[in-house]
Amino acid sequence: MSARKNGLDRRKAVAQILARRGNALVVTGLGAPTWDVAAAGDNDLNFYTWGGMGCAAMVGLGLALAQPKRRVIVITGDGEMLMAVGSLATIAVKQPRNLAIAVMDNGHYGETGMQATHTQFGVDLAGMAGAAGFRAAATVRTTAQLKTWIPRLYDNGPVFIDIKVTAENAPLVLPPRDGSLLKLRFRQALLGGA
Amino acid sequence: MAAKSTWSEQVHRVLRTQNVRQIGYVPDSGLKRIIELVRADKKMCAVSLTTEEEGIALATGAWLGGERSAVLMQSSGVGNCINMLGMAIECRIPLLMIVTMRGQWAEFNPWQMPMAQATAAVLGAMGVIVQNVEAPDDIAETVAAAGKLAFNTNRAVAVAIAQRAIGTKAFK
Repeated sequence: MSARKNGLDRRKAVAQILARRGNALVVTGLGAPTWDVAAAGDNDLNFYTWGGMGCAAMVGLGLALAQPKRRVIVITGDGEMLMAVGSLATIAVKQPRNLAIAVMDNGHYGETGMQATHTQFGVDLAGMAGAAGFRAAATVRTTAQLKTWIPRLYDNGPVFIDIKVTAENAPLVLPPRDGSLLKLRFRQALLGGA
Repeated sequence: MAAKSTWSEQVHRVLRTQNVRQIGYVPDSGLKRIIELVRADKKMCAVSLTTEEEGIALATGAWLGGERSAVLMQSSGVGNCINMLGMAIECRIPLLMIVTMRGQWAEFNPWQMPMAQATAAVLGAMGVIVQNVEAPDDIAETVAAAGKLAFNTNRAVAVAIAQRAIGTKAFK
C-alpha cells in the first residue's frame, strides 16, 4: 500500500480541537503530535512527552482520575497508540468520563523515516477502542466528520477518535523539552505552588 | 489484644496514611491480599493494568494531577517497565513501586529466574532506588520509608519483597 495522499491537515485538525479547550489539560504523544500541539500555542497545561513511547493514554488516565472535574485530552499518533493498545482496555474498564483521546493517524512512523504502521494495512484503532468499551469511538476522515466529533471530545467519555491525516510532515515547532520543567509548570498552573 | 495484622494489612495502612490514592497493579499471588484491600477501599482507586509499564505512566499522570500513586507488580513485570521508567526519572516524578520477587528462595519455575535475578540491577541502572526487604515484619516499615523517600524527594523507589518473605509458589 502506498502512502496516503488524501486526509486531513494535522495542524488544522489539532488547532480546531484545541480552539475550544478552555481549561482542559492536554497530554501529547511523542513526535509530531507534540509538535502539532506546540504549534497550536504553548500552554502551561500541556504536558508534552518526548519519550516513553506508549505512555500518553495512561498519563491521560492518571490525570483524569486525579482531576475528575477537568477535561483531559490526549493527542497522540498511530504508532504511539499501537504500542499501548492494552491501555485502551485499562481505560475502558475505569470509564473516566472526562478523558478523550485523539489519534493523528498518518499511517507512518514519522520521526524515524516514514515506515508504515499497522493502521496503513487496515488495523482499526477506533474499532479497538470501541470493542474495549469506550463510550464513543470513531474514525474521522472528513472535515465534516471532524466538526461533528470535536464537541464529543468535550462530552461524556471515554471518547476516542482516530483522525486520518495526510502523511506530510509539518514544520517542526518544538516546545520545551526538559521533563522537570514540563512537570513543574504543569503542576504550578493546575495546583498552584510547586 | 487483637490478632497481629498481616504485612498486607500493614502496607495497606501505610499507603492510606501517606495518601496514596491511585494503585496500579498487575497481580502476583504474593500481592493477592493487598490488591483485595485496595480494591475494597473507597478512598483508593485501584487500576488493573494490562502491562506493568502502564502503571509508570499512570503514576506520572496522577502526580501531574496532584495525586500520589503506587504500582504493584511481580519481579517479572519490572522488565516491562524499563523504558517507561525513563519518563519518571527525567521528569522527577515520585514513584513508589512494590515488587514481589520470584526467582529467589526455592523457586520451582526456571523461566522466572533470568528476570528475577536481573531485577535489582536493571532498576538500579535506570536510576530507581531499590530497597530490599527479607523479613515479613519489616515490609510495612520499608514501604513507609520508601514512600517518604519517593514523595519527599521526587525519586523513583522500588521495594523488592523477597520471595522468602511471601512464601514460594507451590506447583500442585
